[in-house]
Amino acid sequence: MVTLTLDGLTARYGRRQILSAITVPPLVGGQVVAVLGPNAAGKSTLFRRIFGLLAGGGTVRITDAISERPVAYMPQETGVNAVLTVYESVLLARMQGRRLNVKPEDLAEVDRALDELGIVALGERDIGDLSGGQRQLVGAAQALVQNPEILLLDEPTSALDLHRQIQLLSILRRLAKERGMLVIAALHDLGHALRFTDQALILQEGRLAACGATDDVVTPELLRRVFQVEARIESCSRGRPQLIVEAAI
Amino acid sequence: MHTGVDTVPSEQSAAEEGRTFYRSLVVRRQLTLAALALALFLSLCTDLALGPAPFSIGEVLAALFTPEDVSQQARVILWEIRMPVALMALVVGASLSVAGAQMQTILSNPLASPFTLGISAGASFGAALALAFGVAIIPTAVDYVIPINAFVMAMLTAFAIHLLSMRRGVTIETIVLLGIAMVFIFNSLMALIQFFASQQAVAAVVFWTMGSLTKATWPKLWIALGVLAMVMPLLARHGWALTAMRLGDAKAESLGVKPRTLRLEVLVLVSLLAAIAVAFVGTIGFIGLVGPHIARLLLGEDQRFFLPGAALCGALILSIGSVLSKVLIPGTIIPIGIITSLVGIPFFLFLVLSNKKASW
Repeated sequence: MVTLTLDGLTARYGRRQILSAITVPPLVGGQVVAVLGPNAAGKSTLFRRIFGLLAGGGTVRITDAISERPVAYMPQETGVNAVLTVYESVLLARMQGRRLNVKPEDLAEVDRALDELGIVALGERDIGDLSGGQRQLVGAAQALVQNPEILLLDEPTSALDLHRQIQLLSILRRLAKERGMLVIAALHDLGHALRFTDQALILQEGRLAACGATDDVVTPELLRRVFQVEARIESCSRGRPQLIVEAAI
Repeated sequence: MHTGVDTVPSEQSAAEEGRTFYRSLVVRRQLTLAALALALFLSLCTDLALGPAPFSIGEVLAALFTPEDVSQQARVILWEIRMPVALMALVVGASLSVAGAQMQTILSNPLASPFTLGISAGASFGAALALAFGVAIIPTAVDYVIPINAFVMAMLTAFAIHLLSMRRGVTIETIVLLGIAMVFIFNSLMALIQFFASQQAVAAVVFWTMGSLTKATWPKLWIALGVLAMVMPLLARHGWALTAMRLGDAKAESLGVKPRTLRLEVLVLVSLLAAIAVAFVGTIGFIGLVGPHIARLLLGEDQRFFLPGAALCGALILSIGSVLSKVLIPGTIIPIGIITSLVGIPFFLFLVLSNKKASW
């Protein structure tokens, strides 16, 4: 299964150091990894650095990948200017780097991505007419249609209603298991991270504050130190960890 | 959705629904392109038929497909005199429209066109240097001094914009602003030339800037067509990447496109296209701005349809403009640049205002 290792990653914008020596032990396919941290902790920069959009020190090592382009990345920004239907915009993501003619299997992949995310009905709509949440789901479909082995999602749930958040995270979790895909998602909701992710990388001011199994690293002490909130983690009646935030410090 | 709790349509039906929609969309677009091509052919035939010695469409078709069946006189008028002008309208219209389409695409700006980026203004300045003072930037045959001056200045303008846009921190908005600054610089220089030039030279400059197809010849046509034929496949090669550019740089990058590199390459190609077109026929500002917008309204922005659509729309607008320039005042050929703006803009406004969907 595909494995991603980060070794001493650094990144800077001009003179400003954004990431400092991020070293993460091998992350193996089949699991969902949360990237957590307060605003401006370097989460988006980490994604851009992993995807190769930013140069910097350290190494990003991908091993045991089958395809030539194993990584797909969904940025926070959702482009809406183009006069394209949702179907075309997802097909477009599939066809990058390919010839101009569209094959039946390309259409099949688009259908599959739209179906996986439950947005088949949006296919005929113009992307400019979509709500923020719908655009975000289309963005996820654009990433999924590339059949990635490593899927990087920068705040994929930020514009979704609660129902859609739960659905999307459930889908990602299932796809990670079914396809052996490594899903890495920046999340702001720590409750979701506890419920849906296997591992967590916690960033604070461009440094790795903690990393490991989500249940182990998301602790009241870490929440106080990194997120500056007083919180407790309790088990609900079904045995799942629940985050109860009491106050901002 | 496969959440385990929702009722989902079977994969088969969902898949069929999406594919059926997409295939019908493709067919619709292919039919639109075919209709544009047919309209273009009709417009070309009408353009050939009209003139001091009018011909019927039947005679034109005969001269096109069985030239041996028409009189020597008709053959000479249609093939030697009118054909280069009529075809030049198509090639220049297509070139300006494609140039505008890709400038709008890579700069994500609905106002971008060879005219607004200063390329036409640069060409006008080059032509004015030759017309007013007989300056040849590159020594050449007399017939080609004006177009070569215009071409060189247009390309220099484009390269100035490229160089400035390569500087660190220059955004696409800055590139558009640079283009507008170029327009103002060249307009001032043109005013300066007109201030110092003779009255006769000023008249020649003014006429050139109105745009005219009447100086078209077969060699000029082949050059313009050759450049268009070379640039189109190079742009088509980037079809998917260019479509992705309209989703914004961040999104395009996430799909593996290199926006800065692509922007520079396309800017060079379309500058060449626009410079050649403007050099041979003068300033025709409207096509490069509006041709792409009409194509976008009709065909969307998938470059596989948008690119040929923009070419066809530009060619059609200029061809119809050429027809109108002959018929509006019988016996007078009004400069084409005036006609395209006067007749084309109301038509364009009608299209934009009557369309309920967003066109940008």
